[in-house]
Amino acid sequence: MKILVCITHVPDTTTKIKFTADGTKLDSTGVQFVIGPYDDYALSRAVELKEQFGATVTVLNVGTAETEPSIRKALALGCDDAIRIDAEPTDAFFVAEQIAHICKQNNYDLILMGRESIDFNGGQVHGIVGELLGIPSFSPVMKLDIEGNIAKMAREIEGGKEYLEAPLPLVLGCQEPIAEWKIPNMRGIMSAKSKPLRVIPPTNPQELTKSLSFELPPPKGACKMIPADEAEKLIELLRTEAKVL
Amino acid sequence: MSVLIFVETTEGKPKPSSLEAVGYGAKVAEMLGTQAVALVLGEAQELEKLGNYGASKVLHVADSRLNTGVIQAYSSAIAQAVEKENASVLVLAKSSLGDAVAARVAGRLKAGLASNVVDLPNLSNGFVVKRSIYTGKAFANTAINSERKILAIKKNVYPVTPTSNIATVETFIPTLNDNDFVAKVTNTEKSTGTISLPEANIVVSGGRGLKGPENWGMIEELARVLGAATGCSKPVSDLHWRPHHEHVGQTGVKVSPNLYIAIGISGAIQHLAGVNSSKCIVVINSDPEAPFFQAADYGIVGDAFKVVPKLIEAAKKL
Ligand SMILES: Cc1cc2nc3c(=O)[nH]c(=O)nc-3n(C[C@H](O)[C@H](O)[C@H](O)COP(=O)(O)OP(=O)(O)OC[C@H]3O[C@@H](n4cnc5c(N)ncnc54)[C@H](O)[C@@H]3O)c2cc1C
Ligand SMILES: Nc1ncnc2c1ncn2[C@@H]1O[C@H](COP(=O)(O)O)[C@@H](O)[C@H]1O
Repeated sequence: MKILVCITHVPDTTTKIKFTADGTKLDSTGVQFVIGPYDDYALSRAVELKEQFGATVTVLNVGTAETEPSIRKALALGCDDAIRIDAEPTDAFFVAEQIAHICKQNNYDLILMGRESIDFNGGQVHGIVGELLGIPSFSPVMKLDIEGNIAKMAREIEGGKEYLEAPLPLVLGCQEPIAEWKIPNMRGIMSAKSKPLRVIPPTNPQELTKSLSFELPPPKGACKMIPADEAEKLIELLRTEAKVL
Repeated sequence: MSVLIFVETTEGKPKPSSLEAVGYGAKVAEMLGTQAVALVLGEAQELEKLGNYGASKVLHVADSRLNTGVIQAYSSAIAQAVEKENASVLVLAKSSLGDAVAARVAGRLKAGLASNVVDLPNLSNGFVVKRSIYTGKAFANTAINSERKILAIKKNVYPVTPTSNIATVETFIPTLNDNDFVAKVTNTEKSTGTISLPEANIVVSGGRGLKGPENWGMIEELARVLGAATGCSKPVSDLHWRPHHEHVGQTGVKVSPNLYIAIGISGAIQHLAGVNSSKCIVVINSDPEAPFFQAADYGIVGDAFKVVPKLIEAAKKL
């Protein structure tokens, strides 16, 4: 079995987001970048499948050289080799085309991604890749088992779950609890340094969307406090003042 | 030219978020000087009523194979409808199905897709949409430069007031092949009789401060009297006090209701990420220093076990 895992390199979830003064770029001073939390689930499940079936796992990122610490971390977790497409990932279609291009040359059985990137939260790349390759795509997948050529999955839907079966190959956007998050061990970290990382230029750089500027939400007004022993007054305020009841 | 709106149904009826999408799409159509066409897949009733929300025509694919949301078949049918109606814009409401389908349609039609759209497009210089990014912590103004455009809108961005207009209903038969049905839905587990969390106008959410699952009775009771959905923080679903699909935040459901009531939740940044686009936030917490108060509109410092019963009593009198 051949598995491809696509990862993002994004600000840690605790980051206070700031932009440069002209509002055109993220101000990354002091920001800690990590593998996207959903991508971490995809990686962890891939490594589990590797242990179960002896699969080979390739990790891929579309990004600049700054993302390499995240790629090395994925290798330390147990991926066998890595590909970095050397480009700024600003548009989902562009990223998907790069990933689909690699997939066409490699016949992966499973292409695992996160449910969404936590910077742009598009939740788009897996679906576009599925369509470009003409194979099924599902997201958010919270359970994945492989039996022969068939994947058995559970997908989260509003208020519940949907159970699915589909033949490989597939593209999946993963979320918890598909696997336990893993932490690299010392041996993994040491071996990651010598695992192959290929850097390749992008193909057909076509962007369909372009973000022109960024802004922060307006600051929140003060919180109106209501004494606990007059809690019932809250309901009245919600009705007459906030007008939400 | 036209604006096509994909309308998601449950049990043959449009979802409220899709009705909002129809209203939004109709407004975009008006801005572009064209008509709004709604698309419904699978067996459904009273389709002419989508005219109430601004659709002038409804395309209906009455194929019973589409009664459950088969992602590939849906994408294929929607892409064909976009071409048939020569739609320049496709609008849909964000959901687990809508997101999955929008991406595939974008791939097939090479259409630029903007997700989490929070406002009407700005047409003064190209086609620019405002969308929520960094899990609600910021916004991007994004130009869509492709000929065809897809907008996945967040809940509560364009409230509509229904009219008595009626739409014409036209049957549409897209070409669906076996490849569209290779994936099989083998079973669906869905809580019934409760209000769906992402669709809810009011959410009552509980955190670890409630101590245990046995104490959720009062949360459910408050939700019931307010007509609200119930939510929770991540540790609560990790501990299996509540089902996973109720967990709100960065790694869970993102909600944007009119009213979010957080009880015994500290307000960690990852929780806030899922609720920060709510119109009004109420926080009930015994710790006056709980960070959630900084994101709240109304706050009560107190013991949830004393405060919530009072709220239930007051809400019953509404
Ligand atoms: C990558 C990542 C992703 C995450 N994603 C999410 C997510 O999607 N959603 C999420 O919720 N969390 C998420 N978390 C976890 C998050 O950081 C917090 O740990 C979590 O939100 C805390 O949950 P809590 O507020 O219920 O519990 P606690 O932090 O334990 O807070 C309990 C609160 O209850 C109050 N309290 C106690 N007793 C009472 C009482 N009797 N009456 C009233 N109040 C009382 C306390 O003062 C306290 O403020 C994530 C973390 C990481 C690292
Ligand atoms: N630049 C990228 N490089 C590799 N994979 C990516 C990239 N951007 C997105 N992905 C994958 O696609 C998933 C969904 O991303 P998005 O559509 O941006 O929300 C992510 O969780 C990743 O698995």
